[in-house]
Amino acid sequence: MYAIRVDGLTKEFGEITAVDDLSFAVKEGELFGLLGPNGAGKSTLINILVTLIRPTTGSATVDGHDVREETAAVRNSLGIVFQEPALDEDLTGAENLAFHGRLYGLDRAERDDRIDEVLELVDLEADRDRLVGTYSGGMKRRLEIGRGLLHEPSVLFLDEPTVGLDPRTRRDTWEYIQRMNREAGVSIVMTTHYIEEAEQLCDRVAIVDDGTIAAIDSPAALTASLGGDVVQLTVNGQLGDLETQLETSDWISEWTRSDADFRVTLDHADARIADLVHLADTAGVSIEAVDIHRPNLETVFLSLTGTTIKERESGGHSELERSANPAGSPTTEGPGVSFGRRSNAEDDE
Amino acid sequence: MTLVEPLAVYALWLRDVKRFLRSPSRIIGSVAMPLLFLAFLGFGFSGAAIPGLPEDVKYLQYLVPGMVGFSMLFGASFAGLSILSDREVGFLKEILVAPISRTSIVLGRIAGGSTTALVQAVLILLLSIPLGFRLANPALLPVALLILVLIAVTFVGFGVALASQFSDSEGFGLIVQFVIFPLFFLSGAIYPIESLPNPVQVLAFANPLTYGIDGLRAVLIGTSAYPLGVDLGMLLVTSTVMVGAGTYLFERVDAV
Repeated sequence: MYAIRVDGLTKEFGEITAVDDLSFAVKEGELFGLLGPNGAGKSTLINILVTLIRPTTGSATVDGHDVREETAAVRNSLGIVFQEPALDEDLTGAENLAFHGRLYGLDRAERDDRIDEVLELVDLEADRDRLVGTYSGGMKRRLEIGRGLLHEPSVLFLDEPTVGLDPRTRRDTWEYIQRMNREAGVSIVMTTHYIEEAEQLCDRVAIVDDGTIAAIDSPAALTASLGGDVVQLTVNGQLGDLETQLETSDWISEWTRSDADFRVTLDHADARIADLVHLADTAGVSIEAVDIHRPNLETVFLSLTGTTIKERESGGHSELERSANPAGSPTTEGPGVSFGRRSNAEDDE
Repeated sequence: MTLVEPLAVYALWLRDVKRFLRSPSRIIGSVAMPLLFLAFLGFGFSGAAIPGLPEDVKYLQYLVPGMVGFSMLFGASFAGLSILSDREVGFLKEILVAPISRTSIVLGRIAGGSTTALVQAVLILLLSIPLGFRLANPALLPVALLILVLIAVTFVGFGVALASQFSDSEGFGLIVQFVIFPLFFLSGAIYPIESLPNPVQVLAFANPLTYGIDGLRAVLIGTSAYPLGVDLGMLLVTSTVMVGAGTYLFERVDAV
């Protein structure tokens, strides 16, 4: 059985289509990521799946229960950590959990057991009787993750689980998420606009943009789909027969050129870099700079949508999409073009 | 989801009570205003001839049930505000996404809000004793408690219904000011409503607090404008209507 099945799901708010005819499935036990910029429709999708808003058309099931028809069953089988903290700061950690347990109909004995288990899982036993208002941001997140698991759901939704956390706490939170997935065996669906979060955590990632899914696969497969690493060579003066050399080398899968910049796509760039320099040398070309770009989900997002997540969030389309890629089908241009913007994208990390 | 989940209602009630007990400033604040009114009006007008007041009743005696009723209005507005602040801090989502009916949520909130309002009312009653307030018949205290419960449920229900129409506490807070004081002045809390011009009296008859305060006077000081049965009957009707209205309107609140 699938943890989540979504079929032709659409949500319109007036003129705006927040979620546009989505279809995908999440397997049981999977750690599944929805990667995309803010405003891509991820939170709307989550809100539909947790029954807080109703879809305009299409259907979705959580743990086999229909989100429209079997609201109670859906709610019982899911746990959620919202993007904004949703804790009562005037209650202690344990009291927040007890409140949750009562809402989910756990009797006293079950509740006490589960509260102890969950507090241990998220390392908050020592702080159980402190008011949540005195917790740090990371502790609150952990408590929320623990609370989401209290009633033993089969699917846990995490909406931007590390937004607003400092880098260290973020890494700790990742560890907890992975631990929940492994130890509690719960399927996890998380949204994120952080590339490295999706890359490091998720078994599979759906790249979401403008309410649609651009691609869906494991992070490794998604990056592999770009065809390998990219070496950027900036050359000086005569080109000689470099272009012919590049064309005839069978270890180079693709290359593009703009002015003095060559972008060469190949596997194992670190091992091949010497060969490439040698190639340029024999062609009589002098190299001014060499830069290696390894593909990651950022470059995948860029090649699929023509912009980076950051650019999307600041509201603009990249220069790249407007000038170099007017056709609006970035994938056909090959990864070489996409990588041209890598230097900007790397600032994120 | 069944119609009402008792454990969920209890959870919401318990949360409200705990939060109330943990904020002494809220307790003091909610009691201080009616108490100040009581002290200053009670002593200030102690010698005045208030038209329509029974001759053998001192003004302070007359005023205490009125101020107890007044404090209930604050309790009600607080219950409304706490729903809105839950929405603002995101906690409302945690409640709305739980497998419980909206009816349970409304009942839990009304139970919690009414309990805290009730505690405040009882505090005012107790604190009025050092000011010179005397009970006419202590045996009737359970009836007084019943009336207080009915007033609390009526107005907390009203607060919930009103709050469900707002998405932020600022707008709600503003409206509440315009609602509380007319209700207060049109309830006979500080003077008999017979003193009001006739058209205005009609408004007072439509105000549940009029019957609440009158009923309290009947059992606490032994004098009232209407028979106790009428007061109780009206309060039963208004509390039922307000719970219904609160539930109906809250059902339609958007989760996000």
